[in-house]
Amino acid sequence: MKPSRTAEIGRTQRFRKTNLCVLPISALFLLLGTISSHAARIGDLTETSITDQAFRFFTFSDPSLRLALFGCILLGLNCGLLGGFVVVRRMSLVGDTLSHAVLPGIALGFLWNMNKDPVAILIGATLVGGLSMLTVSAITRTSRLKEDAAMGLVLSSFYAVGICLIGMIQRLPSGNKSGIDKFLFGQAAAMNGSDITLMAITAGLTLLFVTFGYRGLLTLSFHRAFGESLGLPMGFLHHAMMLLISFAVVTAMQAVGVVLVSAMLIIPPATACLLTDRMHRVLILSAVIGIATAAFGAFLSFLGSNLPTGPFMVLAGSFVFTMAFLFSPQQGWLTRLWRQRTQKSRIERENTLKAMYHLAERRDFREEGITLLDFAEARREPLEQIRLQSDDLLRQKLATLTDDGSMLHFTPEGWRKACAVVRNHRLWELYLTNIMQYGTDHVHDDAEKIEHVLGEDTVRQLERRLNFPQTDPHGKPIPGAREVHGQSIPRPAETTGY
Amino acid sequence: MDGLLPPFDAHRIFIAPWTTDIATYGWMALMAFLVTAACGLVGNYLILRRMALVGDAISHSVLPGLAVAFLISGKLTLPAMLAGALGAGLLTTFLIEFLHTRSRIKADAAIGITFCSLFALGVVLINVFASKVHLDAECVLYGELSNLTLAEFSLGIPEPVLVMGGVVFSVAVLIVVFYKELLITSFDALLAGSQGFAPGKMHLALMAVLSIVIVAAFESVGAILVIAMLILPGATAQLLSTRLPICLALSLLHASLSAIGGLHLSLMLGCPMAAAVVVAGTLLFGFAWMASLLKTRAGFEASMAAEATP
Repeated sequence: MKPSRTAEIGRTQRFRKTNLCVLPISALFLLLGTISSHAARIGDLTETSITDQAFRFFTFSDPSLRLALFGCILLGLNCGLLGGFVVVRRMSLVGDTLSHAVLPGIALGFLWNMNKDPVAILIGATLVGGLSMLTVSAITRTSRLKEDAAMGLVLSSFYAVGICLIGMIQRLPSGNKSGIDKFLFGQAAAMNGSDITLMAITAGLTLLFVTFGYRGLLTLSFHRAFGESLGLPMGFLHHAMMLLISFAVVTAMQAVGVVLVSAMLIIPPATACLLTDRMHRVLILSAVIGIATAAFGAFLSFLGSNLPTGPFMVLAGSFVFTMAFLFSPQQGWLTRLWRQRTQKSRIERENTLKAMYHLAERRDFREEGITLLDFAEARREPLEQIRLQSDDLLRQKLATLTDDGSMLHFTPEGWRKACAVVRNHRLWELYLTNIMQYGTDHVHDDAEKIEHVLGEDTVRQLERRLNFPQTDPHGKPIPGAREVHGQSIPRPAETTGY
Repeated sequence: MDGLLPPFDAHRIFIAPWTTDIATYGWMALMAFLVTAACGLVGNYLILRRMALVGDAISHSVLPGLAVAFLISGKLTLPAMLAGALGAGLLTTFLIEFLHTRSRIKADAAIGITFCSLFALGVVLINVFASKVHLDAECVLYGELSNLTLAEFSLGIPEPVLVMGGVVFSVAVLIVVFYKELLITSFDALLAGSQGFAPGKMHLALMAVLSIVIVAAFESVGAILVIAMLILPGATAQLLSTRLPICLALSLLHASLSAIGGLHLSLMLGCPMAAAVVVAGTLLFGFAWMASLLKTRAGFEASMAAEATP
């Protein structure tokens, strides 16, 4: 085999992901290649250690770093603001489609005068982006294919055209050093002053658009037909938004890369949606999260000198998203699970208290406490179960246990809670029979559920509505305000007036 | 601008690949056909189930699966590759489902978040462990339908072609064996469930097959072009026919035509062959779209004429 040929093999094999099928010679070259690249990497790291790099980052001494960081902040702001509308309009994958489909536009813009002129690239990419969106809507309107197939199709076939063009450009003598491949994974450090200027202009346009068109955009996002019936320029706003999105995608691409730029449109706003409900807060929050993740991603990639920026930004974003998904105060998955669990145990506790009350009531409140054995018999549950329940009450200081561990007593707090639950139950039964005209034998199950959720206000209203009743439909007394709010501990039967 | 196109040489472009250079280009064309065929067969079902973008998602998220398989097993053997891809594919399916059922995140955002995050993770793993993972990020984007004569041969066939052939064969066998189940779960999941066909399991199985097809195709065409391979054949076929067996056959035809067209196109333009195959496939789709438009118009005019003359 000729030497030039083997060198070529070595290079090709570096580009392959498997060594399923590697000739021994090329395997050797592969090995040599990786060792040398490894050495170069270690060399990089010894030249500038991680702490040094971090120091350089935070002192902002490096002008190119300042520029890159400023670019990332603009990018986060721009994508975060537009992304808010993209996510609530369920157009997340439109951003994805757009970001892949503009690739031929970038290549054409590059071909315009054979260098990385940001304005030419922006114009080329915007035109091709618009074309791709038109193609998607033409395919869905005129054929049987659905939107998802049309988007996937346009995304990947436009991308293929772009790859063809880039492959052709890179064969050119001047094309190889052009840095056009930086568009694929993103390298914030590759941005120069004119890129940043362009970014600032597009971010400023977005800011103006969102501030002054906020009401219209809100209507467009949540009820387009309503906006149209009011005569608002919905079509204009939609197209202006699509234009700004393609500006945002194209300008962000240098820093984040073709594949991942859509993540900057999706992840920060989705996180914001998990944290708040109001649209203006979603927008502000998503812009803040976008800026923070972009800057943090730039920092991480700056630590290791050769790392692409985009993936780190996206990972920083997904970390924030995961945290919000799990722990958001209102929406978080774990928060909701925890809330459900505490709710469940509260209901169980209230049911235990209610059962204690019923037992005491059956004995006309004559006895001091309730033996666990009696309690077990009354609830028809094994003693161990009852012990678990009483332990729970003890922990919550709703009951006390005698020293020999056989008798339960209400604490004042426990007594109040028991009375409140029983009152809620009986009031509701009375409400259903007297006012809703239910049969007395149909009201118990409903009351079992609602007794745990009736609030004080509703109870007051029910009492007024029922004219401050004393007994429920089954003739049992309803504990009054005195029991629920007062300090009274179970008293002998004659004072309850029963 | 000069030199963007290589000089046109009809012999080099159209004749040499099939005569003097057949040992090189024959295998490349065959490989391109096999990749497109495997993807196209599975893709038909994706389009029917409106899951084209889930294919998009899995094609991205296979990357971290491969990187992790590489890190664990040291080098990429076939079983490690398949395990990594399967794991990644099922994880993606699960995450998408989990995100949009357990929170107010909508399905489209869930897809976007999942695959972007996993893809970013893959790129970071490859970059950070560059010395251990011989996966080149460029290959992910461009694909590398490279010179198969350099690959190891067994039974006189280059090994990647052999593996891809095996994948196509197994996909075809699976489709024949589970034809009825796939058909009913794709068109009416509720009916399928009531008849005892377990649409959930079929969904998972389809995702598993999809991950395997994607990982097999990944090496040759990269993460993004594989989406085109998944959607183009099925979309073209479904424009031309409404019968599923005919669609499957048409997508095989599309695969073979775009493989051959792509070969010549890449020689003519001097661009990467994987992308050229997709461009050829897109042209075929364009023709099919035009044909279906003309047909609809002809049908419309015929019905108008029929109405006009009662």
